[in-house]
Amino acid sequence: MTARAENYPYTPGFYAGDRPEIVTSRFKYEDSYTLDRYLATGGYEGLKAALAKPAPAVHEEVKAATVLGRGGAGFPAGTKWGLTPPGVFPRYLVVNGDESEPGTYKDRLLMERDPHQLIEGCLIACYAAGLSQCFLYIRGEMAVAQERVAQALNDAYAAGYIGKNILGSQFSLDIVLHWGAGAYVVGEETALIESLEGNRGMPRLKPPFFPAAIGLYGQPTVVNNVETLANLPWLLVNGAAEYVKIGTETSPGTRMMAVSGHVKRPGVFEVVNGSTTFRDLIYGEEFCQGIRDGHELKAFVPGGGSAPWFLADQLDLPLEGRQVGAAGSMVGSGAVMVMDETTDIPAAALTLTAFYAHESCGKCAPCREGGTWLMRILERVVAGHGTSRDLDQLIQVGETICPGNFPHASSERLGLTAVPFPYKMTTICFVGPSAYTPVHSALTLFRDEFEAKLVKRTFISVSSAPVEVAAANTQSAGAHA
Amino acid sequence: MRLSEDNVRVALEIIGRYPRPRSATIPLLHLAQQQDGYVTNEAMAHIGELVGATSAEVLGTATFYEMFKFEPVGKYLVNICGTMSCALLGSEELMHHAEHTLGIKAGSTTADGLFTLEHAECQAACTEAPTLQVNYRYRFRVTNETFDQLIEDLRAGRLADEIPAHGTVAKIRQRIPADKGVGAVPPESVTAPPSWMPAAEAAK
Ligand SMILES: Cc1cc2nc3c(=O)[nH]c(=O)nc-3n(C[C@H](O)[C@H](O)[C@H](O)COP(=O)(O)O)c2cc1C
Ligand code: SF4
Repeated sequence: MTARAENYPYTPGFYAGDRPEIVTSRFKYEDSYTLDRYLATGGYEGLKAALAKPAPAVHEEVKAATVLGRGGAGFPAGTKWGLTPPGVFPRYLVVNGDESEPGTYKDRLLMERDPHQLIEGCLIACYAAGLSQCFLYIRGEMAVAQERVAQALNDAYAAGYIGKNILGSQFSLDIVLHWGAGAYVVGEETALIESLEGNRGMPRLKPPFFPAAIGLYGQPTVVNNVETLANLPWLLVNGAAEYVKIGTETSPGTRMMAVSGHVKRPGVFEVVNGSTTFRDLIYGEEFCQGIRDGHELKAFVPGGGSAPWFLADQLDLPLEGRQVGAAGSMVGSGAVMVMDETTDIPAAALTLTAFYAHESCGKCAPCREGGTWLMRILERVVAGHGTSRDLDQLIQVGETICPGNFPHASSERLGLTAVPFPYKMTTICFVGPSAYTPVHSALTLFRDEFEAKLVKRTFISVSSAPVEVAAANTQSAGAHA
Repeated sequence: MRLSEDNVRVALEIIGRYPRPRSATIPLLHLAQQQDGYVTNEAMAHIGELVGATSAEVLGTATFYEMFKFEPVGKYLVNICGTMSCALLGSEELMHHAEHTLGIKAGSTTADGLFTLEHAECQAACTEAPTLQVNYRYRFRVTNETFDQLIEDLRAGRLADEIPAHGTVAKIRQRIPADKGVGAVPPESVTAPPSWMPAAEAAK
């Protein structure tokens, strides 16, 4: 029997399987984003279940389920909501829909295909944690996601699911659609808040600016990822006890994974959290079905562009934060990028380093200058103008951003043992270190490929006819003699 | 250009949703870009008046963000993703081909003002590599042939329904009916916990 892997024409890239569906259960319907479909498939039942209980009981339910943040850091949502200082109001919810980490896409699908589920999640979070206004920040370049969420909000307001005295209760809430204008770093929660205040999206220092304490307009603020919140309707309908039955104790529930690159069938899947391994994802019949024909795995990025790279040695690790961390990387944002043996490793690393260098907000010198240096040096190495000094220089520049031992995978071939995640850093946020990560991984695991680029100089001819000119010079020189 | 009367109405509606008017800066910059195709100095000054900021502050914000343009660009902004997943599946080759088809290099606009070609970063569609966006509308698994067809269709106006001219991103706006919305209040005028929180819990 072959495992089910069903793709729906209106959701390119997504595959359903015989697995629990907490956030993607409606992806099979063409009209999954409409209020009618939502209501016909159990929509807003989680909200009703929540409103039937006192707010603190809903908060307890979410805590009991250990809903890990899906934005990258994996911090439990219920615990995060409890970090706001006592007695300080108003408190806000800011929804992080700025998805732009290389390799990552799931929030876009959740917004395009099931916007009401996200809205219901926002309502439940605000009710439970006493948050008095919600701002839903969608990445600027996602036109269709913005349209779907706008329409869903309009319909939900009209039907009384948002606004004053929701479903006749005491609970009143506005959800405001906000949209960005193209800047990766704005996905960082304090930068998101700066941007939402109308400023340049530059991260703030933590401490003191932990959003829970000093967030939007200086008020306590919860920032949660789209997928994190999309889990809440199911959780409220089915209860924490059911939620924790899926996945593992430290990583319950499911998570969305995007697997791209040199696999037979790249795709986005909702997988069981904690236990699904990278081998399952890359080689599983219901997932990517292996490396494209006739090729073999060279390396993969396990958790979004910011994550140190893994080799075939790490394939059997499960999607579980602690184990992946000990092995030298992170589960991060749920994105795996796969490279086969045809990949030019220094050039592949450059695509990521250039990304982070470009996206530096410029606040910290090691990132602003260091990221750019890394990109320039790597550019010249890739272009064939590098020197042997350049490779050491890459490391030296990297160490100004991340001093000390940098995490990396173990490798049997190279006799390397793993250095666990995380690293030390001299910058405010992770953009600086992320510019170095691909360079460090590539150099540590594939140094020979860099060295091969140093042997042969790329030849640039200054004149298109240098030989004739030289010959003419010889002749005239001869005439003088 | 300053915002038109109609657009000022939209702007005031947007501003009214935020506890502080300055939060509307980015949405209003989009509105200005929708009106004029790019963000003009006059528009930034006008936005400053509307949200209570100087035009320099508005410029400071605007220049941080990739999507805002300060000079005219093509009617169709073609952004080809060049980040890892797309690069692994031939985005560099696609860019090369696109430059040839359009007769310009990435970062430039065609002489007829129809197309601007840009190198873009991860577009969150990595399984469908190589990807591009035209005015932020996706095209997946783009080949040289489908690229040329796309350009031909755009030239012939065949995609006008799907893809609005540069400046418009989403075609649908949020609207909060006056009788349904709670309304935004400045944070300093809220001190009590929300009405649905039990008093004992709110003190925690
Ligand atoms: C540079 C940078 C970019 C980030 N981008 C995103 C993003 O696009 N979406 C997201 O949800 N979180 C992103 N994060 C993580 C957020 O800072 C934050 O941890 C997250 O939104 C919290 O939500 P969660 O607890 O529900 O995961 C980013 C972090 C950094 C450092
Ligand atoms: S690390 Fe880079 S992006 Fe992050 S705050 Fe510093 S300069 Fe800005």
